Amino acid sequence: MFARLLTALGHSVVSFVVYVGDVVVLAGETISSAFAQKIRWRLFMQQIVEIGLLSQLVVVITGAFTGAVFAAQTYFQFNKLGMGSAVGAVVSVSICRELGPVLTALMVTGRVGASMSAEIGTMKVTEQIDALRALAVHPIDYLVVPRTLAMMVSMPLLVAEAVAIGIAAGYFVAIFLLEVNGTYYMANMVRWTQMRDIIMALTKAGCFALLIVFISCHKGLTSKEGAVGVGKATTEAVVNASLAVLIFNFFLTMGLNIIFPAGYQ
Amino acid sequence: MIEVRGLAKQLGRQEILRGVDLTVAKGETLVIIGRSGGGKSVLLKHLIGLMQPDAGEIWIEGENIIGLTERKLARIRRKVGILFQGGALFDSMTVEENIAFPLEEAGERDPEKVAEKVREMLDVIELEGQEKKMPVNLSGGMKKRVGLARSIIRRPSCVLYDEPTSGLDPVVSDSINRLIRRLQKRFGVTSIVVTHDMKSAFHLADHIAYLHEGRIYFYGTPQELEISTDPLIQDFMLGRSENGAPKSG
Ligand SMILES: Nc1ncnc2c1ncn2[C@@H]1O[C@H](COP(=O)(O)OP(=O)(O)O)[C@@H](O)[C@H]1O
Ligand SMILES: [Mg+2]
Repeated sequence: MFARLLTALGHSVVSFVVYVGDVVVLAGETISSAFAQKIRWRLFMQQIVEIGLLSQLVVVITGAFTGAVFAAQTYFQFNKLGMGSAVGAVVSVSICRELGPVLTALMVTGRVGASMSAEIGTMKVTEQIDALRALAVHPIDYLVVPRTLAMMVSMPLLVAEAVAIGIAAGYFVAIFLLEVNGTYYMANMVRWTQMRDIIMALTKAGCFALLIVFISCHKGLTSKEGAVGVGKATTEAVVNASLAVLIFNFFLTMGLNIIFPAGYQ
Repeated sequence: MIEVRGLAKQLGRQEILRGVDLTVAKGETLVIIGRSGGGKSVLLKHLIGLMQPDAGEIWIEGENIIGLTERKLARIRRKVGILFQGGALFDSMTVEENIAFPLEEAGERDPEKVAEKVREMLDVIELEGQEKKMPVNLSGGMKKRVGLARSIIRRPSCVLYDEPTSGLDPVVSDSINRLIRRLQKRFGVTSIVVTHDMKSAFHLADHIAYLHEGRIYFYGTPQELEISTDPLIQDFMLGRSENGAPKSG
C-alpha cells in the first residue's frame, strides 16, 4: 500500500520533470530559431494584432476595476488611522509591482494562451502541422517564433497600460468618490513610486509573456487526437500557465526585490 | 529512387508495420493497395520523416533519412511532395494562399510569378474561380485537389499520393489519374499512390504492392496481380468479404 503510494508519487514527479523539460526544450529551440532562421514578420504583425489589439478591452477593464477596488479597500483601512492620503502610494506601488503584471498575465492567459493552444492543437490534429513539416517548414519557425516575439512586445505594453489605468482609476475613486485630498494623494504617490517599480512591472511582464507562450504552444503542439484532445490541451494550457505565472511571480518578487528593493530610501 | 528495408512501427499497442520492404525505381509509379487501417498512410508518413520507425531503413535518392533531424530533413522534403489523405489544407488561408504557400516559403517574392503558377495549378485541378474560398467551404474532393496542387507546385522529383481519388466523382477521378500520369511521363516524377480504386491502380501502376498485416504480401506488375490466384488478393480485388479472408489489424 505504502509502496504503491510511493510509486504513484514517483511517477507523477517524473512526469512533471519530463513535462518541464519538454517546455524548456521548446523554449530553447524557439530562441535558437529566432536567431538562426529567418523571421516571418508578417505573421509577427498578425500576432501583434491578435494579442495586443484584441486584448485591449480585457486589459482596460481589469486595470480599471482592480485599481478602483484596491483604492477603496485601502482607504477604508487607512482612513481609520487618518492616513487617507497615503492611499495613492500604496495603490500605485502595489499595482506596479504585483497586481498589474499578475492580473494582466492571467487575463492574457485566458484569452491569448487559450486561443494559441486551441489553434495550434487544431492544426496538429487536422494534420496541418504535418503538412507544414512536409513542405519543409519547421513548425517552431512558423508558429512559435512569431507568437513569442509578439508576446514579448505586447505584454510589457499591456501591463504598462493596465498599471496606468489602474492608478488613474484609483485616483478617481479616492478623490471623487471618497474625497481624499488630491494634492497630498499625488504627492505621496509620486514620492513613493519610483523607476524601479516600473522596471519591475515590465520585467515581470516579459517573464510572464514567455511562460504563457511556451506553455500554450507546447500544449497545442502535443495535443492528442480529436476535438476532445484539443479541448483538453486548451484547458491544461490555461491552468498550467496561470499556475506558472502565480508561482513564478513569487520567486520573481523575491529575486527582483534584491535588485530593486521596495520602499522609499 | 526510394528504397525501404525492414520498416517496423508500433503505435500504442498495435504493430502497424512489421517489416516492410519496397523499392521504387526512378520515374516509376508504385501503387500501394490494402485494407483500410492497414497502415498505408503510416507508411507514407515514414517516407518523408513525419514519423520515425522503430526499425528499418529508408533510402531516398541514395540517402538514409532515418535519424535525420527535422532541419536536415527539410532538404529531402523539398524533393518529395505528399498529398495527405484529408488534404490537410491550412484552414486559415484561402485556396489561392494554400497553393502559393510552398512557393512563398521557397523564397519566391515576385507576386506576378506566384499568381501565374497558381493560375496554372487551378487550371490543372479544374478549380478556376474558387481561389478566394476558404477550405471550410470546400467539399472533400475539392480539398484533395487543392492539396494536390499544393504538393506539386514546386515540382518535386517524387510525389506520394494518399488516396488521391477517393471521394471524387468518376470524371474528376479520371482527370486526377491523368494528371498523375502526365507528371510521371513529362517530368519523370517518381510516384507512390495509395488507393482503393482498382481501376486507377491498373491505370497508373508500373508495379502494385499489396500491404497486408504490416508486410508487403504481394508485389508485382498489374498483369501479375490480375492473374494471381491467391484467395486474399482475389477477395480484395473483387471486394468480397465473405470468403473468409483474415481481418487485417
Ligand atoms: N498517430 C497515430 N497514433 C496512433 N495510432 C495511429 C496513428 N496513426 C494511425 N494510427 C493507427 O494505425 C493504423 C493504420 O492507420 P492508417 O495508416 O491511417 O491506415 P490506412 O491504411 O487506412 O491508411 C490504424 O489502426 C490507426 O488507428
Ligand atoms: Mg489512409
